[in-house]
Parts: sequence; C-alpha cells; structure tokens
Amino acid sequence: MSVATRRPLFIIAALFGALLLLLPFSGPLFHMLFPTLDRPLYSRASFLELTLSHVALVMAATAAATLIGVAAGIFVTRAAGRRARPLLLAVAAIGQTFPPVAVLAIMVPILGYGGGPTLVALFTYALLPIIANTITGLEGIDHNVRDAADGMGFTPTARLVQVDLPLAAPVIIAGIRTATIINVGTATIGSTVGALTLGSPIIEGLSGSNPAYIVQGALLAGLLAVLIDRSFELFAAA
Amino acid sequence: MITLAGVSKIYDGLRVVDRLDLDIAAGSICVIVGPSGCGKSTTLRMVNALIAADEGRIIVNGQDVREADPASLRRGIGYVIQSAGLFPHWSIADNIATVPRLLGWPRDRIAARVAELIRLVGLDDGDMAQRRPHQLSGGQQQRVGVARALAADPPILLMDEPFGALDPVTRRALQDELIAIHRATAKTIVLVTHDMDEALKLGERIVVMEEGRIVQDGSPAAIATAPVNDLVRDFVGGEEAALRLLARGTVADVMRPPGATRQTATIEPGATLGVALARMVASGHGELGVRDEAGREIGVIALADLAPGRRP
Amino acid sequence: MMVVRNWILLLAALAATASLAAFGFLSYAPNRIVPGVARSLHEVAGDAVTVLAATALALALLCFLPQRRAVLLVAAAGLLMALGVLLFAAGHGATMLAATGVPAGRTSLGPAFWLALAAICLALIDTAEQAGLSALGRSLLIGAALAMLAGMAWSGLFDNLSLAREYHAHTDAFALEFRRHLTLVVLSAAISGAIGLPLGVMAFRDPRFGQRLFGVLGIVQTVPSIALFGLLIGPLSLLASTFPVLRQVGISGIGAAPALIALVLYSLLPLVRNTVAGLRSVPESVVEAASGSGMRAAQIMRQVMLPLALPVILSGFRIVVIQTIGLTVVAALIGAGGLGTFVFQGLGQNAIDLVLLGVIPTIVLALAGDVLFSLAAANLTQMP
Repeated sequence: MSVATRRPLFIIAALFGALLLLLPFSGPLFHMLFPTLDRPLYSRASFLELTLSHVALVMAATAAATLIGVAAGIFVTRAAGRRARPLLLAVAAIGQTFPPVAVLAIMVPILGYGGGPTLVALFTYALLPIIANTITGLEGIDHNVRDAADGMGFTPTARLVQVDLPLAAPVIIAGIRTATIINVGTATIGSTVGALTLGSPIIEGLSGSNPAYIVQGALLAGLLAVLIDRSFELFAAA
Repeated sequence: MITLAGVSKIYDGLRVVDRLDLDIAAGSICVIVGPSGCGKSTTLRMVNALIAADEGRIIVNGQDVREADPASLRRGIGYVIQSAGLFPHWSIADNIATVPRLLGWPRDRIAARVAELIRLVGLDDGDMAQRRPHQLSGGQQQRVGVARALAADPPILLMDEPFGALDPVTRRALQDELIAIHRATAKTIVLVTHDMDEALKLGERIVVMEEGRIVQDGSPAAIATAPVNDLVRDFVGGEEAALRLLARGTVADVMRPPGATRQTATIEPGATLGVALARMVASGHGELGVRDEAGREIGVIALADLAPGRRP
Repeated sequence: MMVVRNWILLLAALAATASLAAFGFLSYAPNRIVPGVARSLHEVAGDAVTVLAATALALALLCFLPQRRAVLLVAAAGLLMALGVLLFAAGHGATMLAATGVPAGRTSLGPAFWLALAAICLALIDTAEQAGLSALGRSLLIGAALAMLAGMAWSGLFDNLSLAREYHAHTDAFALEFRRHLTLVVLSAAISGAIGLPLGVMAFRDPRFGQRLFGVLGIVQTVPSIALFGLLIGPLSLLASTFPVLRQVGISGIGAAPALIALVLYSLLPLVRNTVAGLRSVPESVVEAASGSGMRAAQIMRQVMLPLALPVILSGFRIVVIQTIGLTVVAALIGAGGLGTFVFQGLGQNAIDLVLLGVIPTIVLALAGDVLFSLAAANLTQMP
C-alpha cells in the first residue's frame, strides 16, 4: 500500500489523537457553546479511560469470536463436521437479522448489568458474520487449486494452513471487519447497561439533557469507529 | 445505401479505424472480415452511431449520421449482435416487438408482424412467442435476435459476429437461413466476422480489414483466388481457399445440360459445390449426373465446373 | 449395530432434557422487587414432564434410524409437539402459581424454559435443512409454530406470565409504540428509496462520483448509531431555535426528526450499493441491443436496466428494512419512541419483562421483514 492511499488513515488517527488530547482542556469552549450548563465537560471518567475501555471490550469480544468462529467455520467444512454446516449457516443467517441491540438487551436478564453482559453480547453477535464468512471463504476456493494441492500430496492439515486459509483470508477478514464495526457501535449502546465506553457521555448527556456530553462522546465514538474500520485496510493490502 | 468517407476512430491516440472509405450498395450482402482488433466492429458500430466517428462522414440512406437523432436513426437500422442480447425479462414476442413498440405501432399491427417474423425465422412451433429467452437454445435465441432486428422492416441490417457463439451445425443452418431471408427481403446487410469461411459463404462482397484499413475489397472469388498480400492469403487459408469457396453456390448454378449417357454417380441440384466435390472424391468419378427428386437426369457436373472462373 | 445417524437431533434432545431437569423452569416472586424463586418443570407441570420425556425419548430413537425424509418429517412433527407442550407447560404453570400465590405475584420464564426452547428451535431449523424443505414447506413450519403460539396466547393461557402482565399493563402504549416503530421504518425506507435509487443510478453512470459517494456513505455507516443520533441533536436544535417554523412542523433536536434523518443516512449505503451492483449485473449485450434498437437513455434505464436490477435492489431494501428495525430501537434514546422505549425503560428499571416486551416484537419484525423480502426476491428471480 502506498503512502498516498494510507494518508486518510493517518489523518483520522491524528485527528482522533488530537481530539483525545485536547478535549480535557476544552471546558471553556463548551462553556461558550452551551452557556447554561453547569458542567460543560464530561468528568466521570477521563476520555482516555473511556476509549481504552471501549477498545478493550471490542477487541476482547472480537478476538474471542474470531478464534471460535473461524474454528467453527473450519470444523463444518471438514468431513467430520459437515453434518452441522447447514444448521450453523442457517443460525448465522437468521441470527444476523436480530438487531444487535436486542442481543445486548437479552443478555441482561441472563447475566445482569455491567461490562460482562456487554462483552458476551458482542462476542455472540460477532460470531455470526465471522462464521458465515469463514465458510464462504473456505468454500469459495477454486476447485482446481484444491485439486492441485491434493495432487501434489499436501496432507489435509498442510493444505488447510498453507493453501485454504491464506486464500480464504480476505473473505474471513472482511467478516471480522464487519463484526468489529458492529461491535464498536453496540459497545456504545452497552453504556445503557452499565459498560464503560465512549457511549457513556452520550447516554448521560441524553438522560441529563447535557448536549455538551453528547457532542464530546459522539465525536470520539464516531472517529474511533472510522479509525478502526480504516485500520482494516492495512490488512487488506498486506 | 451506406457511404463512409474518410472515417476514423481514435482511441488514446491510436487510429483504430483509419480514414476508411466504403460504399455499400442497396440490397447487397457486404461482409467485413479481419482479425480481432482490426477495427471491423468499430466501423459497424459507427454506422448506427453507437460509436461516434472522430473524422470523416457517414451517410446512411442519404442522411448524415452525425446530424441524425441517434435513437430514431437506430430504429431504422436492424442490429444483431453475437450473444443476441435478448431482454431476459420479456417474452419472445415482446422482444421481437421492441422497435415497433418504440415506433408506436398499433397493437394489432405489432401482433401480426410478430407472428409473421416468428414464422420467417422458423420458430413457429407451439408456445414459442410466450416463452422467455432463457428457455431457448443459443441458436433459437439468435433467430429471435434476427427477428427483432427485422421487426420494423428496416432497409438495412447490421450484424456483428451474429453466429460467433453458436456450434458449427447451428451456425451453418442460420447462415443458410440468412441467405434465404436476404433473397426474400433484399435487405442491405453488413455483416462483421472473423471467420473467413463465413465471409466466403455469405458475402457478395468481402472487405478485408487490418489495423483500421481496408487491405482488400472484392468478390469472394477474387479474395480467394487473388489475395493481395500474405495476410489475406493466410486468412483465406492459402491454397485451400479454393476449397472454402465451394461452400458458395449450388450444383444447379453451374451444371451443364445432360449428355446422352446416364452417369453412374449422382447428385441433387440443391447440394453445395463442396458436397459435389466430396461425392466425386468418394465415388471416384470426375463427373456426376444431376437428378431431380423424380430421378430424372436434368444435368451433369464435372470437376472442371467447380473451378472459380466458371461460377457466377 | 446401533449407529447414531443424527447427532444434532440427539444432542438437542439431550440438552433440552438436561436443562429441564437441572434448572428452574419458572421463577416466582411475590412482588416486583424481591428476586424470584426458581420452580422446576416437575413442580409446576408434572404431566408435561411425562409427555416431554416420552417425546425426547422418541426423538432420540429416531436418531438411530436412517435419516430419510419421512423420518425427518416425523422428527419435525415431534419437535413441534415438544414446542407446544413446553409453551403450554409455561402458561399452565404460571396459572397454577398465580392461583396459589398472592395477587401481586409475578411468574417469569426461567433458564430451563429458554434453554429448552433454544434447543428445540435449533433442532427444528436443522431438521428443516436436512429434509430439504422448500420455501413453502418452511413457511408452513414457521406458520404452524406461530399459529400454536398465537392460539395459546389468544386463549389467555399466558395471562399469568409476567411478560403478558407487562403487556396488559401497557396495551395502549404498546400499540402506540409498535405503530410508531413501523411508521419510522416504513417512512425511512420510503425516503431512502426516493433518494437512494436516483443516487445509485448517478453513481452507476459516473463511477468517479460513485466512488466519492461510497466514501462518504461508508463513513456514515461506520459511525455508531447513538453517536450519529447525538451529533444530529445539536444542529437540529440550533435550526429549530433559529427558525421557529420548523418547530411548529415537529422538527427539533430530539424526537422523530433526527431519528429519521439518521435512519435514512444509514439506509443509503446498502441501497445505493445494491442499486449500482444491480445495474452492473445487467449484461452489456442486453444494453447494447437496447441502444442498438433505438431506445433512448431513459427508456433503456426504465424498461431494461431497472427491471433487470430489481432483484438486487430488492435485496438492498431487505438489508435496509432489517437494519432500520434494529436501529429504530436505539432511536428511542433520543425520544423518537418505538419499541426501544420499552427496552430502555426496562433496562433502567431492571424490569426484564419490560425489556422483553420491546425486544421480542423487534426480533419478530426483523424476521418477518427478512421472510417477506426473501420471498419477494425469490419470486422475482424465478421469472427472468
């Protein structure tokens, strides 16, 4: 990937970094914009803290879902697991019609409030696109390539690692990207069930009629999502 | 009928068609032939203004193409392409009715015309009119393509590799039908192909193109027997060109009156000269008796009669 | 020699049986504040235990037979029956607990119910896949399950479950929010269609414009929904306070206006993308034939390209409708109303049944939208 095509990523990263650094000092600015507010700057947790917690939540959930989802996708495309393939595909397809926020809300009665249920909800939802794309990717490999690999005497494992997975990688990564972006958004809503994320200032601003909080949280959350989405282009080019 | 004067098409500084002059008479079949990339398709598509010429003038039916409204111009020119390009969401009847509908014909006139054309291209069995394109074979689809091009009875038919995607048997059948249609309708037909056999079989006049220019322009016999350069010689197949030419014309065209003695080897008057030669080779006789369906000998044909100079 | 020929059905039967045996089927609390006490299936519906156990055993035995279509259809019938018994046991058990308990007592569904329900549903999906049911067969199966559920609900069987109580306490509000939810979805789909289709045609005709458009819409699509809702509040309230006329027609910082704008913005990417993809999928030869026949650009677009692109465009609408149904839940946070009202109210009050009152219809709506558009698209693609 050339420097020129990477530039947007750098710009977004720089913008996000600058925002993160400068927001703590922006009290006067927001005071000017919203003169009626007593506390124009979100202070329950630092923006850095919120960002880190948000990213950690998304990364942990997506990483776990990638591990399990890719493994499941591999399993059902082997002879031993082929029987479960239709079920898994159907569940992945039906599950993706469920709104992410519904999955999040369902977790609360089962697991209670806080970061935990959010993590489980993110993990569960992320599984769906990752499983679907792993199966699509592995089954989309050109027959001739597979036959050639078999003909050259690859063992099934060697073929999987050296041929199948590298060829399916772009599709699998696209699934992980979809899952990650959905998770960044759902994690924001996770603040309504007590997770600490960049959604927290937004939710608090909405319930407490504090538009300054909303703007602060929304700007950071929006930029973070775009930044994470764009980072995947580094993989795509590799 | 169609006149091209100094016509060029330039892509990225490259003259794909290079100052081309061509005059096509009304009622003739003119075949433009050449290797891929020689500019033959571009030339054809400039005639119905699908591509705009960069230089020169194109006159169709007395009208300068550049000054004509492209859509109206095209409604007066039949156009057939390689993959038929039928509209998959319309029935066969609707496909054939495309141009009459665009021209705003009354409904019953369209229906009558569609029925007539379905008969003309030999698709008049069963419910063909109400089927959809994907239910037809490639050959049937191309028949519909021809019918659609003829629907509004345009005086000119442009055909861009019309039979290129068909198997040899279907291709030959459709070529025969095109000859029959031409005889029946006397359309001016311009056909583009890279298949010299097809050119020799169909063309009354053959224009050989290379790198955007015309390298030879003449009758099939002239192209086959007197190629102007190595390219044309290779293209017509060198010495074998004389054999290819036998696909043109039938025994009836060249036979002489019957002699006193009946021939032992025979041939039908409608057979092509190629078949006559094959019969001579197979039977070992240099002369064949031409017998009609009743078995009467109506003429004779000898090996010498197959020479290009003897034929019409 | 006994060979397991359907280990998924066997696992599902075992899992359902085990969870019914191990966990609470219903949970009873004398009032809304104290946590409930778990009641097993055995305690609340003894007869159901016998029937379910027999069904599970029969289903388990089916797993050892060759999996012919007839066997799978029998299994599907057995699963449907198990589903019916499970639902009946829940309703019946709740009625019993209500009869013996205090008037303010609340009975909610326990983990055993949900786990068994999940196992049965998964087994049903798998059986339908294995039997190779047609779209019609699937619809019949789903229809049968839904009819059963609706019939029991109609007869008042579930009235003593706290979920139903919650519904009865909010009947008017539910009808209002449900309508509002649907209105938002339909309105935003219609508006985004009116904007997205022309944009898609433009993006198709001018790829450079398309690339820029996709860049912008891609960023919009990435921004979390609450963030976008939130970012629209500021400018809109500013507009409304500057031009009081706007406020009179219902446009303000919070409420339906920012929600609708955000929903439309989210819908544009899938719609434009599918419109372009649909138009690109039209074979070049067909377009050339159309243009060679003397059709004008607008005629080619209307008569040939758009009809041929329709199935792909429709699948874009499918994505949009499903996505919007979910996003509208979040829109409740900015006062747009809809089923999300119950979800966030419930989350705020720790009232799980209220959450479910919002979540369950949302999921049903999304699934219904999916089925509807898939059927329409299948109908269309059969045609050409």
